[in-house]
Parts: sequence; structure tokens; C-alpha cells
Amino acid sequence: MRALIAAGAGGLFGLGLLISGMTDTTKVQGWLDIFGAWDPTLAFVLGGAIIPMAIAWRIAAKRRDAILGGVLPAQPATEITPRLAVGSGLFGLGWGLSGLCPGPAMASLGFGGWQGLVFFLAMIAAMMAQPKVTAALSQAR
Amino acid sequence: MPLDWVWGLAGGLMIGSAAAIFLLLNGRIMGASGLLGGVVDGSTKGAARKEGLLFMAGLIGAPLLVHLLRGAPPTHLTSNVTVLILAGLCVGFGTRLANGCTSGHGVCGISRLSTRGIVATLFYLVAGALTVWVFRHLLGVI
Repeated sequence: MRALIAAGAGGLFGLGLLISGMTDTTKVQGWLDIFGAWDPTLAFVLGGAIIPMAIAWRIAAKRRDAILGGVLPAQPATEITPRLAVGSGLFGLGWGLSGLCPGPAMASLGFGGWQGLVFFLAMIAAMMAQPKVTAALSQAR
Repeated sequence: MPLDWVWGLAGGLMIGSAAAIFLLLNGRIMGASGLLGGVVDGSTKGAARKEGLLFMAGLIGAPLLVHLLRGAPPTHLTSNVTVLILAGLCVGFGTRLANGCTSGHGVCGISRLSTRGIVATLFYLVAGALTVWVFRHLLGVI
């Protein structure tokens, strides 16, 4: 059952990204293009996504366990670290350059052509290297 | 298009419902970079790894199915290989360093009023807007 829900949630996420236009990089870059032809669609996508999730967190706060078992996520960390700022800034740079973030990069993998595949391979290469690079950098200091 | 915001809102509600289902039933946070990153760097193990893989199979498979049945809309992704590789590296490294992306920090974080989620979202929004301004309007490369 857990397996079915995981695949189903992934599918629903993918269809939502497709329907909302978030697999179209011109719409995403259009949202970021506040000094050009600004496209407000992404605000509706994010707003629409936050509504069901805000309800879900309220329900989750009254429970300890998930419905299919396992403990629900604890309270989030609150500390604002340099890692969070630098990482998010770097992510924004790549997001602006391409118009892709990890969700839509996966959702469009099946029809994004060689361009989508090149982006995806570079993304997972960096994901695999990140723990080692971060450890090496913190040791060098 | 004039109806883009309606599709955006409808798609957004689907994205949020997927995140709500994954949280309440499986107890998992629907963060695309965390799910993918944990699988490729080996930090997610056992049943969680299997669930992550199935989630991604659905995420890739459902839009692929739509594409095969009806033809999916174009991605308009650049064909500049340097930009693609540089952008992919920044997104992969940055999201793992920050422990989240648009879905984890944005959708799942903001909806529980997480300070880290809100701060991360501000950082990547400002960085993304500056990037488009510099590379589109000043340099004209994207």
C-alpha cells in the first residue's frame, strides 16, 4: 500500500507540474523576469500547492504517526545557516539559467529531449559529489 | 495566455495534494531534491529508498504517459550545452547544500511556516531573478 501511495503521489505531482505549465521553462524564466515580460503564473502554482499542504500540516500536528505507519516528521529546524543561504543562492542561479528545478527536471525527463537529459545528468552528478566536496572544503579551512 | 493562472492554480492544488497524501499516509516530506539526492548519494536506505524510487517512477512516468497519449507541451529548454551543464550542476549542488528546493523548502516549508523554508525561498527567488536579469537583459545569453 505504501508503495502504491508513493508512486501515486509522484504521478499526481508530475501531472500537477505538467498542467500548471511548470515543465515549460519559458513560464518559469518569465516568472523570474521581473524586469522584462513578467509572467505571474508561478505565484498561482505555489499558492495553490500551499493550501492543501497547510491543511495537511494542521492534521499532522494532531497525530504522532502517519496513517500507514511510521513517525510523522518532527518540528523543522529553525537555524539559518550559511549552508542554507549559499545553497539556495546557487540553486537560484541554476534555476534562472535553465528554468528548471529538480521536480520539473524529473517530470519532463520523458519528453524533454537530449537537453533535459544533459541537465538531469549534470544535476545528479553534482548531487552525488556534494557531500564529498563539502567535507573536503570544510577540512581545507 | 489569459487562462494560464487557472491552469497554474489547478496544477498547484494537485502538487499540494500530492504532498499532503505523501505526508499524511507515508509520513514523508515531498521534496524533489531530497528524494532524488538521497537515492543517488546513497544516504537514503532500505524501505525509504524503495519508496523514493517509486515516487520518482510516478513523477517521471505519469507525464511521459500523457506525452505518449496526447503529446506534452514543449519544455522550451535551451540547447546551449554549457548553460545546461552549468545550470544542472548549480541546481544539484545548491539544493543538496541547502537541503531542499522549490517543493521541499517552497511548498512543504512555507505551508508549515518554517523559517528555513521561507528564507531559502527568498534566497533562490532573488538569485533566480538576478540571474535572469543579468544573463537575459545585460548579457543576452538566455
